[in-house]
Amino acid sequence: MTAAPDAPGQPPPAQGTPALAVTSLTKSFPGALALDEVDFEARAGEVHALIGENGAGKSTLIKVLTGVYQADAGRVRFLGDEVRFGTPLEAQDAGISTIYQEVNLVPLMSVARNLFLGREPRNRFGLIDFRAMHLAADEALRDLGVRVDVTRPLRTLGVGAQQMVALARAVSVDARVVIMDEPTSSLEPREVATLFGVIRMLRDRGIAVIYVSHRLEELYEICDSVTVLRDGRVVHTGRIADLDRLRLVSLMLGREMGQVREEGLTKFSGDHAAAGEPVLQAEELTLSHMLHAVSVEVRPGEVVGLGGLLGSGRSETAKAIAGALPPESGRVLVAGSEVRTGSTPAAIRAGISLLPEDRKAEGIVPGLSVRENIALAALPGLSRFGLVDESRIDRIVDTFMERLRIKASSPHQKVGELSGGNQQKVLLARWLAMQPKVLLLDEPTRGIDVGAKAEVQKLIDELAEDGLGVLLISSDMEELVEGSDRVVVLKDGAVTAELTGDQVTEDLLMQAIAAPLPADAGDGAGTPPGPRKEAGDD
Amino acid sequence: MTTDTTEPAAREKDASPGAEQPQGATRSERLTSLAQQHGALVALLVMVLVASLSFDSFLTGDNLENMAVSSAFLAVVALGMTFVIITGGIDLSVGYVFALGGVLAAWGSQYGTLVALILPLAVCGLIGLVNGLLIARARLAPFIVTLAAMLLARGVLLSVTDEGSTTYLVDKDAFFARLGQEKLLGIGLPVWITVALFGLGALVLRRSRFGQYVYAVGGNEDAAALMGAPVARTKIAVYTLSGLCAGLAGALNAAWLMSGVTILGTGMELEAISAVVIGGTLLTGGFGFISGSLVGVLLLKVIQNVINQIGSLDSAYQQVVSGAFLALVVIAQTWLGRRRRML
Repeated sequence: MTAAPDAPGQPPPAQGTPALAVTSLTKSFPGALALDEVDFEARAGEVHALIGENGAGKSTLIKVLTGVYQADAGRVRFLGDEVRFGTPLEAQDAGISTIYQEVNLVPLMSVARNLFLGREPRNRFGLIDFRAMHLAADEALRDLGVRVDVTRPLRTLGVGAQQMVALARAVSVDARVVIMDEPTSSLEPREVATLFGVIRMLRDRGIAVIYVSHRLEELYEICDSVTVLRDGRVVHTGRIADLDRLRLVSLMLGREMGQVREEGLTKFSGDHAAAGEPVLQAEELTLSHMLHAVSVEVRPGEVVGLGGLLGSGRSETAKAIAGALPPESGRVLVAGSEVRTGSTPAAIRAGISLLPEDRKAEGIVPGLSVRENIALAALPGLSRFGLVDESRIDRIVDTFMERLRIKASSPHQKVGELSGGNQQKVLLARWLAMQPKVLLLDEPTRGIDVGAKAEVQKLIDELAEDGLGVLLISSDMEELVEGSDRVVVLKDGAVTAELTGDQVTEDLLMQAIAAPLPADAGDGAGTPPGPRKEAGDD
Repeated sequence: MTTDTTEPAAREKDASPGAEQPQGATRSERLTSLAQQHGALVALLVMVLVASLSFDSFLTGDNLENMAVSSAFLAVVALGMTFVIITGGIDLSVGYVFALGGVLAAWGSQYGTLVALILPLAVCGLIGLVNGLLIARARLAPFIVTLAAMLLARGVLLSVTDEGSTTYLVDKDAFFARLGQEKLLGIGLPVWITVALFGLGALVLRRSRFGQYVYAVGGNEDAAALMGAPVARTKIAVYTLSGLCAGLAGALNAAWLMSGVTILGTGMELEAISAVVIGGTLLTGGFGFISGSLVGVLLLKVIQNVINQIGSLDSAYQQVVSGAFLALVVIAQTWLGRRRRML
């Protein structure tokens, strides 16, 4: 490995000593406590898994460790000394390197320039010595088994190779701690093997690796210890070998196996009379790195749940069906006729509506009124000769405001002033105004209060009873289990199981999620006895 | 992709990211990047060829020298603008800052050459610095900040010239006037100064760490920050540099005209932006080179000159042609960009 010119020169700490330790770390954002008295310790020469579902606080913790955020309270000790990093640069200079999920490099700059940005080798005039830089860049990449022309702009490389450049950058600064945030999410299996080789090499050199991933197989393959975060707190920390998969999943999701609970906490009434031909058929949807031959069917009047951990391909499946992501292969059929994939207008015309996961970024227009927000998508159908039929809009808006029980002072109130639950209802109304045949709901109740949640759940139920086909994505196990007639379980972008009828229980769902991939079935703990298995393509 | 077998050869030849020839890249990719880099140069050469064949008076020493000197001032402004645009920003204030620099230099020349140079540089550099601070620290939009600075510079300009009624003259015996008047090897001093500044600018952009930061900030600001690049300081530096360049250009212009002319500089910011973009720098940032901006300035000036040569054409046509040319370049850039993404 190249010794970077300006790298800190401490000797590597002995194996097993704490390299980076935080105590009672607290960080809050307006309206949310992201980290609540978190204790965490990464030791030299070990790979430490940091896991948790969405909103658990992983990203916040990483950003505090790397100087992007400042903690409100708590202490960070690095190699025994108390530190407080004000900027990413300070953390990097101290010896903490980070590889982000999305490749965070500059696409138009060359590979070598990206590798050495900020620490370019310079000649005695202070000018960058490109010859030395290119040789060093080439050597650093060769060490990782990557052979590319380092003078090429980064964007001409594949995503995997770009990730390798990011990795080379992280390790060539002579880091003591390397943090990897879902580094494999865009890698080919061969590249994952290379990455794991590098991680083992780092570990053997006494570097502490903090590894964030949602792929259980990877965690058990590469990690030594694990810390599970949930709702900003540490719920478990220890050796990963002492924790079986099922326990790990139940810790992440916050649901106990066989937990005694009252039925009917959610407002779902349960089964619907799903009958007739499927209204939606998604066949063998494939999207590189994300989906592998995912097939899902929804009948009219049926709520089909998509289960799985974060990053298992749930949202991607919904987006591929709704035309927001173009699948490389596979078909989508609505009521038996094929829909052109990769086109949102085509999907909407065919009767597919997607309520996206992030309503702020992908749905609501806060500055517009309730009325305008509802009418937005349906406008082309509501206008004649380019003129909008105002009275028809009024009728539609009134109908939906009443039916969905949208609480607003008037149809002219700005949506930004409404509560989260009512915003979600406005979005729902927008899509219902399109008279869809299939409704795809991605986390429809996330971030809204309990009362509104129950109302949205009740609405979903009513919609299904009216004959709409619903595909429901939810990280809330209870919601998924009680709301769905069937649950299709996704893992690493492939369908691994399907739960029907009596099988739709939290226990079986968790077992299905924790189950090893079909390829290595049998070697892991907690193989599910119950669920019917559907072979994924992977 | 990890086992790309391209041999890392021809390492020595390196310039800005734009000038990097992707070895072993596909042919069409190479063509695309060639077109992006040298399109303006080809257009300039064609223009010069056509003009020299059409007009006898075009390829004369006087005409060329005249064009070179009048290009020099815009070129210096465009030099600073290139840095700003590569970071993904824009500087609308340079036109009036240029005029202000000229007036301050002319006024200051009565107290000596040092004052005539230091005063405009200090004031214009300060305006640039404030622009940079507001953009980088207060995170305001460059467009609006520099628009405000433009109005401010104009206000200061009007107040020091009593609403434009006072014109400060440079004493023709002053050493300062010689900066604009003197010739070396038959070519005006402003041209030599400009050439030197461009050489220096290219060196800084290509070979200094600061230059790398400029590209990184424009290419992906978040990534640059995460890689530890001093994003705010880089932005502050480029706007300060732009202010300094505009001020210096104004001062040199005053030395050349031997007076501080208030009406000059109006619309110059747009000319400078046009020149930079025509020269191949992406308005979205992250890609561009100094030499391209020089070519862009020369191209604009040659168009202007040719239209003047035609004589029967209203000089307003010069703007029509420049505008059309700019539109063409932007269309071509978008097209090339799209092609690149598809490759």
